[in-house]
Amino acid sequence: MNQHIDPGSLRADDGIERGGMLLHVDNISLSFGGVKAIADISFDIKKGEIRAIIGPNGAGKTSMLNVINGFYHPQEGTITFRGEKRRHMRPHRAASQGIARTFQNIALFKGMSTLDNIMTGRMTLMRSNILAQALWFGPAQKEELAHRETVEKIIDFLEIEHIRKTPVGRLPYGLQKRVELGRALAADPALLLLDEPMAGMNLEEKEDMSRFVLDVNQQFGTTIALIEHDMGVVMDLSDRVVVLDYGRKIGDGSPDEVRNNQDVIDAYLGVSHD
Amino acid sequence: MPSTGSNAGREPVTFPQYLLLNASRFADRTATRHKDLGIWQSWTWKQQLEEIRAFSIGLQEMGVGQGDKIAIVGTNRPRLYWTFCAVQALKAIPVPVYADAVAEEMAYVLNHAGVCLAVVQDQEQVDKILSFSDEIPALKNIIYDEPRGLRDYDHTHLREYSEVQEKGREAMASDAGRGQAWEDAINASDGEEVSVFLYTSGTTGRSKGVVLKAHTSVKAACDTAGFDHLTENDNVLAYLPLAWAGDHYLNYAQGYVSALCMGCPESPETVAHDLREIGPTFYFAPPRVFEQLLTSVMIRMEDAGSIKKRIFHHYLEVAKIYGEAILEGRPVPFGARLSYWLGDKLVYGPLKNTLGFTNIRTAYTAGEAIGPDLFSFFRALGINLKQLYGQTEAFLYVTAQKDGEIHADTVGKAVPDVEIRIADDGEVLFKSPGMFVEYYADEEKTRETFTEDGFIKTGDAGIFDSHGDLKIIDRAKDVGKLLDGSLFAPKYIENKLKFFPNIKEAVAFGDKRKFCTVLLNIDLAAVGNWAERNNISYASYQELAGLPQVYGMMREHVDQVNRDLSGEELMAGSQINRFLVLHKELDADDGELTRTLKVRRSFIEDRYASLIEALYDGSTEKHVSTEVTYEDGRKGNISATVQIMDMTTHPSVGATQEAAE
Repeated sequence: MNQHIDPGSLRADDGIERGGMLLHVDNISLSFGGVKAIADISFDIKKGEIRAIIGPNGAGKTSMLNVINGFYHPQEGTITFRGEKRRHMRPHRAASQGIARTFQNIALFKGMSTLDNIMTGRMTLMRSNILAQALWFGPAQKEELAHRETVEKIIDFLEIEHIRKTPVGRLPYGLQKRVELGRALAADPALLLLDEPMAGMNLEEKEDMSRFVLDVNQQFGTTIALIEHDMGVVMDLSDRVVVLDYGRKIGDGSPDEVRNNQDVIDAYLGVSHD
Repeated sequence: MPSTGSNAGREPVTFPQYLLLNASRFADRTATRHKDLGIWQSWTWKQQLEEIRAFSIGLQEMGVGQGDKIAIVGTNRPRLYWTFCAVQALKAIPVPVYADAVAEEMAYVLNHAGVCLAVVQDQEQVDKILSFSDEIPALKNIIYDEPRGLRDYDHTHLREYSEVQEKGREAMASDAGRGQAWEDAINASDGEEVSVFLYTSGTTGRSKGVVLKAHTSVKAACDTAGFDHLTENDNVLAYLPLAWAGDHYLNYAQGYVSALCMGCPESPETVAHDLREIGPTFYFAPPRVFEQLLTSVMIRMEDAGSIKKRIFHHYLEVAKIYGEAILEGRPVPFGARLSYWLGDKLVYGPLKNTLGFTNIRTAYTAGEAIGPDLFSFFRALGINLKQLYGQTEAFLYVTAQKDGEIHADTVGKAVPDVEIRIADDGEVLFKSPGMFVEYYADEEKTRETFTEDGFIKTGDAGIFDSHGDLKIIDRAKDVGKLLDGSLFAPKYIENKLKFFPNIKEAVAFGDKRKFCTVLLNIDLAAVGNWAERNNISYASYQELAGLPQVYGMMREHVDQVNRDLSGEELMAGSQINRFLVLHKELDADDGELTRTLKVRRSFIEDRYASLIEALYDGSTEKHVSTEVTYEDGRKGNISATVQIMDMTTHPSVGATQEAAE
């Protein structure tokens, strides 16, 4: 199996060294009406690392991901992705710039097969026009074959060969999560956002998923930002952790630093907020 | 046969010699197929020779030589099969190990065999071996097939398969005579070297390393390949555990001597699908697999529309009455033949196609008794399903059914060159061309297994029936007596129970006890589907197993078995008095089953001692807590209150009355 999912992709090389700054979030604030979801948060994600975002329910984790991939527009602050500073972002722009994500509640096309679902992840990379694609003619044919090969590699990578042609609606939850990861991977992302990839899984499924997350990171060098509630998983997987509580950042650092941070302990054990 | 040199014209006596022969006589015929990235890849015998030669010489470069033991761990993949031949070519000894063995079991085998190099499939196996590498000082290197996740590992003792092949190719490039020397060494062999260590699955305690010689293995494989007329036109799918004697025999040994084409599935989960695509001509599966197939077919038919259902059941009846007769070429009325032909177009053909059985010429089942209904079902569809009786120690066949001489309750007659004898205590003894030399490093066990005149004790109790066919009743040591003196053959009872699709596993107790009792395991697929159809909700296996409705269903099955038993003079005394449905599935990871999924009776007797006690002390329920092992080796606990149900037994009746039922 090739080391890179798609060696032909232009995204593979963006001039940023492993360990260099991939994404920088500066003083982001986001509110819905009077509710302040995120208040003045700054952190960064380095290329090649696994960055966890943790925090109690309602801390603003998913909002943060939504800001990063352009689904929400923050009232204040800037985001620098691959050296490009921006305030507003559209999800499709984010996707074509190399940010892919999975969702807390699986968002797959239930009636489509695993293969087709993952194929949709290649959409933003397809160059031929819709007519040529429909006729499966000339360059479109060649292009689709190349994309299909990449998708097959992902299927092999995630060990889901046996459900290649199964409609995803018929699959158990754990496998659907895996398919969703596959679709995100198919976009050949520079930054992969995983929103609770292990929620609702049993121990074995969690272990499998952890393995895949680590393998994606190692094999493809993909930078990963993940939200997760299972502390064991977070501490084992991530290189650095940022902790949110009530929309504020209360901790940032290596898993060990975060574990011993008094504010974090308070937030998780529950100390009254005045 | 070697075309040049001093051995020209001689029959090959080792598998590497067959490789050379096949690469010259069938150079461009496909030897191996493997589905990768959704596409079937294939290698001709010539290409296969090149792959094997490169790897073998690469191994030589790493210092592998005569007598070295090389472990092979993984699922059915071409590169692992090639490893067998590559290792044998150097007169080193391949030692296949069950891929799903937990670390402790694997460490035992690797240590016992004195393995110095392991060729494994992937990261999972590498991790497993690294976890106990301190305990096996002899092991120096690991070679892996699938590099995923292994990039950042310390590669001082770790190599990729293709890297070793590359080394081999470089060696050949720098020394022009190297490849020829390798072939000459193969041709020079007289077949006296050890061919393989096959570790038994360990039905009774620790697994033993069965030592097989090259020329005897080749002889055995030639005999049975001839018996079933296997040729280079045949086609198989290798999906059984690589380390199992059956897989090694059917796919590797028979494959090399007959030069058939072996397919490797994409992954263990895709076997059913790959089977359909490959359409094998020769197929082997334990009864369990046929059972699962039948269950899944029946379950899917339950969901079909009413017209389809009616057609299906109608033609199934037709097949039941005439199918076997047509298969065996017996006279059948013209109308029935016509009806069967129509059934073939409408039902049997499409069904066989779905199962991947369309091209099957010969199918075998063995390992356990097969239910007569189940056996007939597949034969009635026109699949030439037969039974064989074999042992790792015999490599492999002892008896097999001849085409046209098929009975559901026997395992057939001795295959060519095999001698069988029944000892005074009922134990089956045999002598076969492929028979083993010894258990590796276990003289005592070896001595126990051979009789003084060189026969091998099988440990199975058997009788010859009126046709001269062998009938296996039970393990010789398991046949016992109830306190009142009536015969108790646990497996006989268990098999009767297991013939019900709703019962996955049964364990009977009764030796030296007042009466017979059983532990039952429900079949989750069948019972789960039944529950769904009857609007019975459940959250877990444990809950389903404990439902009163499920107990009711089991009660009917047990009662039916009692009724059957009451009709048999010898067995009427061992009717089931009490039973319970176990709260967890018996599992090989917990040591309850062997890796080939046979029940480990004594272990279960210890583990569930409190439940068994409750079966005999008259209590109606019992709380039990059981330790379970997860696949990663971690342990957890399952506890439950298990109900125990009483049964009424039937008075012993003559066989005539049973026939009227």
